[in-house]
Amino acid sequence: MKHWRYFLPLAVFVAFVGVAAWQLTRPRDDFVHSAMIGKEVPSFDLPTAVGDRPALSTANLKDGKPKLLNIWASWCIPCAAEAPQLARLQEAGATIVGVAIRDRPEDVAAFLDRYGNPYARIGRDDLSKVQLSIGSSGVPETFVVDGNGVIRYQHIGDVRPEDVQLLLSKLEEAKR
Amino acid sequence: MIAELGLAALWLAAALAVLQLVFGTIFTLKSAEKAEFSQIVRPAAAMQGVLCALSFLILTWLFARTDLSVKLVAMNSHSMKPMIFKIAGTWGNHEGSMLLWVTVMAMAGALIALIERRLPERTMMATLAAQAFVGLGFYAFLLFSSNPFERLDPPALEGMGLNPLLQDIGLAFHPPTLYFGYVGLSVAFSFAVGALLTRQVTPDFARAMRPWVLGAWIFLTVGITAGSYWAYYELGWGGWWFWDPVENASLMPWLAATALLHSVSVLAARDALRAWTIMLGVVAFSMSMVGTFLVRSGILTSVHAFAVDPERGSFLLALLAIYIGGALLVFAMRAGSVTEGERFSLVSREGALVVNNVMLSAILGVVLLGTLYPLLTEAFDVRVSVGPPYFNPVSAIFALPMLLVMAVGPLLRWRHDSAKRIRPELILIAVLGLVTLAGVVAFAGIAVLPTLGIALAVVVIVASVMPLRGRKLRLLPLATWGMVIAHLGIGVSLLGMASETAFTQEKLAAVKVGDTTQVGPWTVKLDRIDPVAGPNWTALEGVLEASYRGGKPVTIDPQSRNFWSPPQETNESALITRWNGQLYAVLGREAGEGRWQLRLWWKPLVTLIWIGGMMVALGGALALIGRVYTDLRRRRVMRKAVERRSEASA
Repeated sequence: MKHWRYFLPLAVFVAFVGVAAWQLTRPRDDFVHSAMIGKEVPSFDLPTAVGDRPALSTANLKDGKPKLLNIWASWCIPCAAEAPQLARLQEAGATIVGVAIRDRPEDVAAFLDRYGNPYARIGRDDLSKVQLSIGSSGVPETFVVDGNGVIRYQHIGDVRPEDVQLLLSKLEEAKR
Repeated sequence: MIAELGLAALWLAAALAVLQLVFGTIFTLKSAEKAEFSQIVRPAAAMQGVLCALSFLILTWLFARTDLSVKLVAMNSHSMKPMIFKIAGTWGNHEGSMLLWVTVMAMAGALIALIERRLPERTMMATLAAQAFVGLGFYAFLLFSSNPFERLDPPALEGMGLNPLLQDIGLAFHPPTLYFGYVGLSVAFSFAVGALLTRQVTPDFARAMRPWVLGAWIFLTVGITAGSYWAYYELGWGGWWFWDPVENASLMPWLAATALLHSVSVLAARDALRAWTIMLGVVAFSMSMVGTFLVRSGILTSVHAFAVDPERGSFLLALLAIYIGGALLVFAMRAGSVTEGERFSLVSREGALVVNNVMLSAILGVVLLGTLYPLLTEAFDVRVSVGPPYFNPVSAIFALPMLLVMAVGPLLRWRHDSAKRIRPELILIAVLGLVTLAGVVAFAGIAVLPTLGIALAVVVIVASVMPLRGRKLRLLPLATWGMVIAHLGIGVSLLGMASETAFTQEKLAAVKVGDTTQVGPWTVKLDRIDPVAGPNWTALEGVLEASYRGGKPVTIDPQSRNFWSPPQETNESALITRWNGQLYAVLGREAGEGRWQLRLWWKPLVTLIWIGGMMVALGGALALIGRVYTDLRRRRVMRKAVERRSEASA
């Protein structure tokens, strides 16, 4: 081929179309996931967010049993939407601990009265310190933490009915 | 009924495009026996332009009346919106803007069909067939996946409104201007493909193509300049270029068109650079399409956030593969048989233009790579974002030498020249550059790039008027004036960019009513905070009294606006423009204890960026007028000669 260089632009373009087509077929993932996945939860010790539930500290997460760590707030509307799913997870045997972000005890109590209380423990994180330290950027988010306090999985956004099974299987995986 | 009329016009236009493609192709293949076929192609192209224009006017009418039985209107407009934004809203959404694209393309096709008489008929028909072929893809895209006239049953009670950021006079003009540019390049693309198919790459071809490239390039220049200023004052971030994918999508065709503009001149004047010019003709419009694809498919994330739809992305990618792939394939097969044309020595006008072309292409490559890089790394699950730390220095590596050559090039003669002949000018330029450089280093102590930028700007500004020396200014062709002003504009713009980068002062303060704060030479007092209301928003307005070096205070009022349909908060910045720069003020939230957040910038010489950009466009316009005028005169002279000859024979 004498004029092979004239084919160069075409070759570059074909490569571009290839990459673009491959990108288009991939499902979009617009979430920025936590850099803490696979790492131990940084240590914290939160006071209780509401009178009748125990407080939450790192020690509670390291009792050998995998848990769901739910980051939520009473002022957050998707948090209300995910309440039935959290209840189902609890019924299915999951232990859920909550961290209430920038909240007031009376609002937390009212929210739990209205939407039910799936939490074994609820910590109160007034300045989002714990939230930021585990790499959560909003409410609600749900983390799967194994028995040694290591973050195994992060679910961003509210837990929808179709997510329940996935979270349960992640909990099961975390036992190993 | 009106919406259906618009849709019908669009279908008819598409049918005419099929006709134009078929008959144009047959003529190109068998021009000897099917000579009458060319009689159909031109009217088909002209009628397409009329039908598309009608369709677009109908959509504009639906938006102006806020016809809520049309889905697109209901989704993007609102009855409370001011009329100018209702109309501008026609192209402020995906479907409407694609209709604008198709309309501009059809009207460009109509124009070449009606006025272009210089090219051989076969090349002309091949060009129109190519134009119809490209047009068809976009008709299909509109009709099958983005129908702007789709009905909503039952009609909506109220529209959902338009993004408040887009409710600005800038929107009324910025996208259409860019579209004229993008789509204008489709003509250059069709010309290139047509000439490749008939193997007639001649100076006449270059002269036929040049006004189209120039016209598209002027629109792109104006569009980019205006877009940059719009982002600057509307977003309230104080920046004028963010290397955002959408900005790059407009910059890449501009770079290619700039290169094309210069190489087409070489082809027209000297019959050289044939294959290269054809290649750029293909690349320029390809960059418009690639840019559109990147932006609309959503595979790159951008602040511009167009309506994103993977299905549309696939459609656009298929169109891209067919058109760009097809054109590049034709290029690969045919370019070898297009001889390179005349030779020239390196030190010559052509030599300088080749260097300029290579550098522009290199910058284009740099921008393209930076824009696509996140896409490439994502293939290996690495997420990166490419920003100014890459784009600025890497493009500067090529831009700085290119600007130096741009300063010297116009002083050289065509074909062959020697550096000796222009030695006094070269020495003057070198001395001027070095003195400025030394001055900036000694007195300003700023970063490397702005320092080089200022020195180079001075060089470019002085050198670009040098071609005027020793010439009778009244007799100078308009096209030469155009070149001088455009090059001068580049220098002016560069000075503004370097100055803004190096000398901007910023102040973020929490101010009580009655307090003052300082930024650069300005003293700014927060006089009061007023609530104000507009047609579809309410706002808090900070009334500021700003005085420059203790002079007479000027009142400005930045606003923090709340739109209610859709609900969104925007910052309306306020500006004071002086000859030597701009004060830029943004009002933030209340910071507690009666304090208000104020963000102030003093940006010396910042306005030169856009003044320079507009000078570049003005230069292009002068060149275009000059070229078209000369053409018309030549045509008249030729017609007279023919008449005289026929009279003589009669």
